Amino acid sequence: MSVVLSVRGLRKRFGGLVATDDVTLDVAAGEIHALIGPNGAGKSTLVNQLSGELVADAGTIHLMEEDITGLSVAERVARGLGRTFQITSLLDDMTVMQNVGMALQAHEGGNFRIWDAVQKRRSVWERAKAILRDSLLTGREAALVADLSHGEKKQLELLMAMAMAPRIMLLDEPMAGLGHLESQAMIGQLEKLKAQTAILLIEHDMEAVFALADRVSVLVYGRIIAQGSVDEIRSNPAVREAYLGAEDELC
Amino acid sequence: MTRHRILGLGLLLVLALMPVLTDLAGQPAFLSLMTRILIYGMAAASLNFVLGFGGMVSFGHAAFFGIGGYVVGFLFFHQTEGTLFLGLIPGTSQLLITLPAAVLVSGLVAALIGTLALRTGGVQFIMITLAFAQMIFFFFVSLKTYGGEDGIIIRRANELPFLNMRDKATFYWVVLAITTLFFLGLRRVVNSSFGAVLDGLRQNERRMAALGVPAFRYKLYAFVLSGMGTGLAGALMANFLRFASPDMLHWTKSGELMVMVILGGVGTLFGPFLGAGAFMVLESVLSSWSEHWPLALGLILLVVVLGTKGGLMALVSRLGGRK
Ligand SMILES: Nc1ncnc2c1ncn2[C@@H]1O[C@H](COP(=O)(O)OP(=O)(O)O)[C@@H](O)[C@H]1O
Ligand SMILES: [Mg+2]
Repeated sequence: MSVVLSVRGLRKRFGGLVATDDVTLDVAAGEIHALIGPNGAGKSTLVNQLSGELVADAGTIHLMEEDITGLSVAERVARGLGRTFQITSLLDDMTVMQNVGMALQAHEGGNFRIWDAVQKRRSVWERAKAILRDSLLTGREAALVADLSHGEKKQLELLMAMAMAPRIMLLDEPMAGLGHLESQAMIGQLEKLKAQTAILLIEHDMEAVFALADRVSVLVYGRIIAQGSVDEIRSNPAVREAYLGAEDELC
Repeated sequence: MTRHRILGLGLLLVLALMPVLTDLAGQPAFLSLMTRILIYGMAAASLNFVLGFGGMVSFGHAAFFGIGGYVVGFLFFHQTEGTLFLGLIPGTSQLLITLPAAVLVSGLVAALIGTLALRTGGVQFIMITLAFAQMIFFFFVSLKTYGGEDGIIIRRANELPFLNMRDKATFYWVVLAITTLFFLGLRRVVNSSFGAVLDGLRQNERRMAALGVPAFRYKLYAFVLSGMGTGLAGALMANFLRFASPDMLHWTKSGELMVMVILGGVGTLFGPFLGAGAFMVLESVLSSWSEHWPLALGLILLVVVLGTKGGLMALVSRLGGRK
């Protein structure tokens, strides 16, 4: 399988704290690579370096064999890198439909036009309608984002990221704060997404990780202490010691 | 939609009849007040484009207003002197040349200021735009050839073919026509693809970046458009006052434009015009009562902002029933 995202020797310090310590990992096409680790392990920090919001101190990031280490967030998105935010980050004054429309509009381009009418961009709105019709947010198109429930916001994050047709998607805890049923629905969706994009899944819901992941990396204090299949990770003594034994503390 | 259209056309009709009405009422001063309201309305609406629609709080828009005015002044000066500006550009008093020139030059200056200032945000952006405007203010004060602190007297308003621009009513109608086109153009830009992206950037830059939208160039474009609109207003104001002076560039002018925007309604299309109207009327009424009128104006501003939650435009929408 071809490698979509390749990370080599990534390092990031915050003052005295090493938040990312020599991280090396690959995500291949068609796979879900899960990244697990306790709170504060540096998972979000890693995602932010991959997406370009944070600049790594050392190491390289390649997307489809192109070195993107020095590129901006927007440039990485243009090359097919998508993401969702752990703490949802949406356009709160706009409706669900407008949010999806904005993602499509951004992806389509032509946004320096000051003399067209955005309402009349049929390709945008027809696709937005279709995306929402087939989603769990159907019926909520006209709702303002500020009025959505937490679960609905998580859904919208996912829809917007997928509307950009990414080659690789970085999902930062898509199930955090969801109820059991919502989580189950999300697991079903991610299963389906696998066919469309490679996924780096940051998650602390073990059930979800073991159900979905093709490969798992375990991050502790910024370091990857183990990497392998679900079964390998389950039986890895270092991982068990690090925290599978203390399952409650795992997050 | 149709209701808005009827209201708009009604308002336009009243405005178009204004010279006749003020004449009948024997209040010619009111016509010049109306002319100034329209001009300041355009300047405030231009500021509101970045401030309200784009979320960029510029405290330096007097720079573009003044530069627009000075372009008219320079061109007039060199025409009467029969000399070349910078040894290159001949003067002119044709409005069809001076207005586009003013728009172009203010756009260029906005591009320059924006390129530097937009690398920052928040309070820093406010301070940097203010600093640039002050630099430009002192630069013009130091230009002794062009009157320094006294500015340039423009003895005749710019000419338009077939029209007598010295006639107050004709001048008003020209300003009204330009304001109408300006308003329709602004509405179009706000509802364009670009306008939508700008709205997105105002709400959440981080989200827009994740959608692949690099904020800087979009904000710069908005800043340039805003500078151009403000320069247009400045050019008309110089024609109206027959005068281009550092007063137009003073930081208090930036503040006044901001007050108009806040008074009228931040991020609304029509609010800045209402705000300009309210500001000019209050200024002329209050200043005839007391020299401490800015204090009274400040209190009124406080009441309006706290009382209406969204300026006069919010009040009007509420009185008019639904939004
Ligand atoms: N911008 C920052 N400045 C300083 N320290 C930070 C910053 N961001 C994260 N950290 C620290 O880095 C560590 C990893 O944080 P984070 O990546 O959010 O962990 P996770 O997502 O795995 O819970 C934490 O100790 C956190 O306090
Ligand atoms: Mg995190």
